[in-house]
Amino acid sequence: MPTLTLAVNGNIVTREVTSSTLLVQFLRDQLGLTGTHVGCDSTQCGACTVHLNGDAIKSCTALALSCDGGKVTTIEGLAQNGKLHPMQEAFRANHGLQCGYCTPGFVMAAVKIAERLGPNADEETLREEMDGNLCRCTGYQNIVKSIRAGAKAMLENEARDEISSSPQGLTDPDARVCNDAPQTQEQSAERKAQVDVFIENSRGS
Amino acid sequence: MYPFDYHRAGNVADTLTLRASLADARFLAGGMSLLPMMKLRFASTPNIIDLRDCEELRGIEASYEVVRIGAMTRHVDVAASADVQAAIPALAKLAAGIGDPMVRARGTMGGSIANFDPAACYPAACLALGATIQTTGGDIEADEFFIGVFETALKDGELVTGAEFPIPDAAAYAKFRHPASRFALVGVFVARFGELVRVAVTGASRSGAFRWAAAEDALTESFSIRSLEGLKMDHSEMNGDIHGDNEYRAHLVEVMTRRAVLETLESAPAA
Repeated sequence: MPTLTLAVNGNIVTREVTSSTLLVQFLRDQLGLTGTHVGCDSTQCGACTVHLNGDAIKSCTALALSCDGGKVTTIEGLAQNGKLHPMQEAFRANHGLQCGYCTPGFVMAAVKIAERLGPNADEETLREEMDGNLCRCTGYQNIVKSIRAGAKAMLENEARDEISSSPQGLTDPDARVCNDAPQTQEQSAERKAQVDVFIENSRGS
Repeated sequence: MYPFDYHRAGNVADTLTLRASLADARFLAGGMSLLPMMKLRFASTPNIIDLRDCEELRGIEASYEVVRIGAMTRHVDVAASADVQAAIPALAKLAAGIGDPMVRARGTMGGSIANFDPAACYPAACLALGATIQTTGGDIEADEFFIGVFETALKDGELVTGAEFPIPDAAAYAKFRHPASRFALVGVFVARFGELVRVAVTGASRSGAFRWAAAEDALTESFSIRSLEGLKMDHSEMNGDIHGDNEYRAHLVEVMTRRAVLETLESAPAA
């Protein structure tokens, strides 16, 4: 089987994949990153939106092997040190979701919309930019509000980061090593075993 | 998708060698049409040859007379190109209206014209501007390139490398888009070169994008929407489906042509 190497949320992963494996299948089924959702599976709903080499793309319509050597950020890679990304926080604060199924895709798309347009885009422009993401619950009203607030917060964060001149240089979300979520069933089992041992030892002391 | 083998090479020459070594294969550009069609099993192939590493197929060059766009140039890059915006703003606008931001970040000009979806936008621009399609087999005029639905003059193993778009005095693209897919229910591209006017229609016909000769003659005679009065599109040749019957599409062609002419006049009044 062909081998694929990707930087996913800052972790370099190498796995064997089939030729027809889609990026979304690779992320969900092989890496266990199930935050990226499959909605329509036909390039319309945007629930599978991730960042590839800096662009928001629909991961249901990209062969995993076509992304070989690339940098992928998924919804799991946005939060930083346990703190939500400003766009995630804005969706929470503005109730930009109901059932939440489309939300990871919206947030990933919104981060790129905010980077492109900044915080002052008018509502019509934002609705046009959200063209590739479908939400069947909210009617989009609060999503527009969330994207506006998130874009503003992203700009403020950037300004704050520049002032504090963070030594880690965290402006590029792709550059961070983020969560070390278990990526295979073996790893999950191993993690569980480690936790069991830890609990056992804690009892003993 | 039916199973297939995935291949890619680092440049066009090696890609053609690779293609020649395989009995049956399809080139993969942005994949925005091919992959969904393969998922639906409308299309299948034993071999996919990914063009992603063919850097020489990317890029935009503009001279005084033509804009050349490499086949693997993405819609987002055409839309954002200062050269295209300055030379043929209607073409930049067309690219900016394809699909959605995520589709424009993957989909390519070459993929769109090689696929020749009957509702794709680029074929209308190629026909109205009189583009030259450049392939590994030579140059093909747009009028000769587009043959029928999903059918072009490309021979087996021949690859689109780019297209040269002559720069018109004025042009506009008016698209009535499908509210969900953003494909053209009807799209009309009008281009004026001096007094000569070309009109191309996509989305409407049963046999893909076409030039509307009667409108071209009338507009070349006098470039105004008045020239279009009484001009009817024959609905028997139009596509009819759940989204709009053939009479509705024929009517839309007339309406979108008027809109495109008005926009062309606004961008540069007739000489």
